[in-house]
Amino acid sequence: MINGTLGPSTGIVPATIARQPWEMLIPVFLLTLFGGLVLYSAGGGSMEPFATSHFIRFAVFMVMAAIIAAMPRAAVQVLTYPAYILVLVMLLGVEVVGQVGGGSQRWLEIGPIRIQPSEVMKPAVVLAMARFYETLPAGMIGTWRSLVPACGLIALPMGLVLMQPDLGTSVAIAFGGVVVMFLAGLPLWWFVAAGSAAIAAAPLIYFFALHDYQRARVTTFLDPESDPLGAGYHIAQSKIAIGSGGIFGKGFNAGTQSHLEYLPEPHTDFVFATMAEEWGLMGGLFVLAMYAMILWWGTKVSRQSQDRFTALLAAGATATIFFYIAINLLMVMGMAPAKGIPLPWMSHGGSSMMTNMICIGLLMMVNRWNQNAPRRGLVA
Amino acid sequence: MKSPFSRAKHPGRPGRIVNASILRDTFERRSVLIGTVQGGIGVLLAGRMAYLAIAENEKYRLQSESNRVNLTLIPPRRGWILDRDGAPLASNRADFRVDIIPERLSDPDRTIDQLGALLALEPTRIADIKAKVAEARGFQPIEVASGLDYEQFAAISVRLPDLQGVVPQRGFSRFYPTASSVGHLIGYVGPASAEEFEKDPNPLLITPGYKIGKDGLEKQFEKELRGIPGARRVEVTASGRIIRDLETRDDVQGNPIRLTIDGPLQDYAARRIGLESGSVVVMDCRTGDLLCMASMPSFDPNSFSDGIGSVEYAMLRDDERVPLRNKVLKGLYPPGSTVKPMVAMALMQAGVDPEETVFCGGGLRVGNRVFGCWNRRGHGAVNMAKGIYQSCDVYFYAMAQRVGMEPIAAMARRCGMGQEFPLPVTSQFYGTVPDPAWKMKKWGREWQTFDTVNATIGQGYMLSNPLQLAVMAARLATGKHVMPRLTLDTKPKGFDSIDFPAEHVEYVRKAMSDVVNGPGTAGRARLPIVNTLMAGKTGTAQVVSLSISNGKSGPWKYRDHGLFIFFAPYDNPRYAGAVVIEHGGGSGAAYPIARDVMTFLFDPAKGMDALRALEAQWGGTAQQRLERRYAAYAAERGQNVSRPPRRDEEIFDRVEAEARVAARQSQAIAEQVIAPRPEANPSATPSAEFPGAGSAASQAGAAQPPAPPASAAPATPAGDAVNPRGGAQ
Repeated sequence: MINGTLGPSTGIVPATIARQPWEMLIPVFLLTLFGGLVLYSAGGGSMEPFATSHFIRFAVFMVMAAIIAAMPRAAVQVLTYPAYILVLVMLLGVEVVGQVGGGSQRWLEIGPIRIQPSEVMKPAVVLAMARFYETLPAGMIGTWRSLVPACGLIALPMGLVLMQPDLGTSVAIAFGGVVVMFLAGLPLWWFVAAGSAAIAAAPLIYFFALHDYQRARVTTFLDPESDPLGAGYHIAQSKIAIGSGGIFGKGFNAGTQSHLEYLPEPHTDFVFATMAEEWGLMGGLFVLAMYAMILWWGTKVSRQSQDRFTALLAAGATATIFFYIAINLLMVMGMAPAKGIPLPWMSHGGSSMMTNMICIGLLMMVNRWNQNAPRRGLVA
Repeated sequence: MKSPFSRAKHPGRPGRIVNASILRDTFERRSVLIGTVQGGIGVLLAGRMAYLAIAENEKYRLQSESNRVNLTLIPPRRGWILDRDGAPLASNRADFRVDIIPERLSDPDRTIDQLGALLALEPTRIADIKAKVAEARGFQPIEVASGLDYEQFAAISVRLPDLQGVVPQRGFSRFYPTASSVGHLIGYVGPASAEEFEKDPNPLLITPGYKIGKDGLEKQFEKELRGIPGARRVEVTASGRIIRDLETRDDVQGNPIRLTIDGPLQDYAARRIGLESGSVVVMDCRTGDLLCMASMPSFDPNSFSDGIGSVEYAMLRDDERVPLRNKVLKGLYPPGSTVKPMVAMALMQAGVDPEETVFCGGGLRVGNRVFGCWNRRGHGAVNMAKGIYQSCDVYFYAMAQRVGMEPIAAMARRCGMGQEFPLPVTSQFYGTVPDPAWKMKKWGREWQTFDTVNATIGQGYMLSNPLQLAVMAARLATGKHVMPRLTLDTKPKGFDSIDFPAEHVEYVRKAMSDVVNGPGTAGRARLPIVNTLMAGKTGTAQVVSLSISNGKSGPWKYRDHGLFIFFAPYDNPRYAGAVVIEHGGGSGAAYPIARDVMTFLFDPAKGMDALRALEAQWGGTAQQRLERRYAAYAAERGQNVSRPPRRDEEIFDRVEAEARVAARQSQAIAEQVIAPRPEANPSATPSAEFPGAGSAASQAGAAQPPAPPASAAPATPAGDAVNPRGGAQ
């Protein structure tokens, strides 16, 4: 659509600009802008402390995404495994620092930059998995050799992240990896069996593997009324914010749930509720539409890819973005346990912004390769 | 195209060749599947959001409003209780107060200790508060302190962020200017109990600072006094910080209650009772207005309004003079000889000629039994008037034998004994007027001669409360069926029905005047006011058998009750009343109080002089003594008192139950012939009435004619004036 109007054939716009994937970039810009507005309100009607840094981060990570997008294919294929190993080492580093420092933490401090390796791990896993299935001979799909190394690639970082402990991020890592495995053509019944096993194991995990606070989140999710002032409070207040917004909302800067501090974390996890209270259902549908356009574009990029690596990479990156959006929105609407997963391009927070922009960068990169590659008529 | 599921399985089968194109196929199909799932979740989210924002919008908008807006009730100012001249008996005082709401406390003990330190509360008070917090339902506010000065209030207000669940506020607290003098009459206020809240789940009842009437008139007129609460709507944050006021509606003060009580007189009478335990009732003969219903010792209603402290409760409870009992309404006493004017009325109505005489030789023989007169030496020839002013028992024994019990019992009831009056009080005991039918029904025994004998001298089963005695005095004095009233908005009643013929009334008035002003039993009761003559009748009521006590000395609780009914001026009665002193040792404890109270009515300055002299002797006013006693008690026993009952109602139920038991005390001797007690000392001088020493009658009599033997040795006449036990039983 947009691509069509601004396509290379128009000639009015310079080719380098016209070549850019505007059907994805414009929704991303609009979302970021809208997110900035909501953060302005969440900051009590002020650019500080949230909105300004939100825009700055976006600008910085946009540049980073552009750099990623410009990477040549050969370099990416060479660097994939080293990058994966580097992030793995950083995750290990987090554990070591955490052990030494006495107490759990999730980030590493390198100079002025505080980096959260578990976030970077999400695209790294997707990259590594795509690379793995690219190099795996087609005939080995369905044998143990298509499964065990891939599981290892997922399980190592998952284990390290679980030790932090951060259940949500480790599930996000697994999600990206499993989507790649699924698209790589592994036998369907493996997934069905694994899913059944997971359902069977859920009670065991609940009782033996989860921490108390994690268990509380699950209980609250299943029965939100059980603790209206405790763990259920967040979800209840979020639903009140969304429901009280109605169709058109209470108006910009007029949300009482967020301004009077009833809504917890109005600028991070519950930024959607903050938005919905002030902008109503219309704001919510706008946000959903923007996400739909971004994900649609991501899927399209993946389907247009000519080879396994790029197709799987693009699909995995799209799935990672989708995971953030879906879990966050399900949570704020009371359909998933409360978990610290921010909403892409709207929540205030550098780590998730970086992850999402890496994914966007990877998608743009694949998109560029696709445009440069000669289009193949029939699949070889 | 084949179904993706059937195709998907193929690569898994061993031996099946998987090539790149099959994988590409699988990828295409599966990515459609994933896209569909994503789209589905997107639709689900949009639907869910539309549901929340449209279908449940109303519900969540309300919840968001109830989050945002905090409605605080402003307790209404309570209506004042005024005396007949509009002076407040109960008013409101602006003050600073602090309450805590238990369910909002995170660490109750720590918070209470902190408050205790800030407000310099006594350890016993802190212990009381902790116990209350532990017992209370979470939503019930508990008063920590009221009447704070501004510095203390400010000290708490600035620390509020650290003191969750603590509510300091400006408000009004109930104030009783005359304190313990009106304790029993007015009652007191306190925070509503959980039971009261259950009965009336009005959020006002659990608003910090709101008090409801707990006893007496405060309870009786709760509806009128309550008023309408104001409200304050504020916008608050989740942590309770107030952002701004949205709207404030002022409270509407409750209606005032205008009593017939004369405030200064009430206070005077209460103070005049002094160290004794008793009650004074004064009525206006022209309207039936109750001018004074004093009952002492009492409690300080001001200190009850923040809850009854355990030390305070222990002190009041340990006191055998039962400061928690309203003796005007719930004290039942054998009326003793105060019934004689009433019996005289009954005799006249039965046709007895008042001038007919009976010879009193110190006793009356009926059959083989002798019923003694209080004066064992006898009164000689006694007519009705002398029978009254000399309180000759033999005259009344003889005449009562003639007319029988029924006319006397009927007259007693007509005079108000055994009656309940339509007054706005929480409860009144109405005593007993015995007659043959009553005795048969209640005890299953025949009426005996000695029953009539006992009844005519106000002993035996006969019981009445001081209010009834006062009404009796008013009805005898006016001859009309005077009904008492307590509020000015009720109509005077009973003045259109004539109880007694005028000449009978004249006769009894004169005889009762002679009790005081003539050769009677209460010469010391003469009013120190020229041309104002008070009429009265003494009574001394025996409470235990002679084998236990002589009624004058020994353990306080075995001493005789002292009673006196009166009216003044005798020839044109304006005021009537009764004084009952529990275990005062005889009527000598009662009539000096009546004299001073009436003096105060006619000449307040003179009355006050008499009271001041006495209070100097007693060690201050009733309120000062109460406070001193409390301090001493708290110092001595403060640390190890047991907790009072949780509910005030229990306290007063217990008090009432005990009052009933106490009232039965004198019935234990009803099956004996009562030995009438010497009726006082007609000639004593007004300086000697120091009561409570058990020797009211010890003043040597500068004997007026038939000198009673009361003077030198009070014990003797009681001891041997009558012999009856041997012969009677």
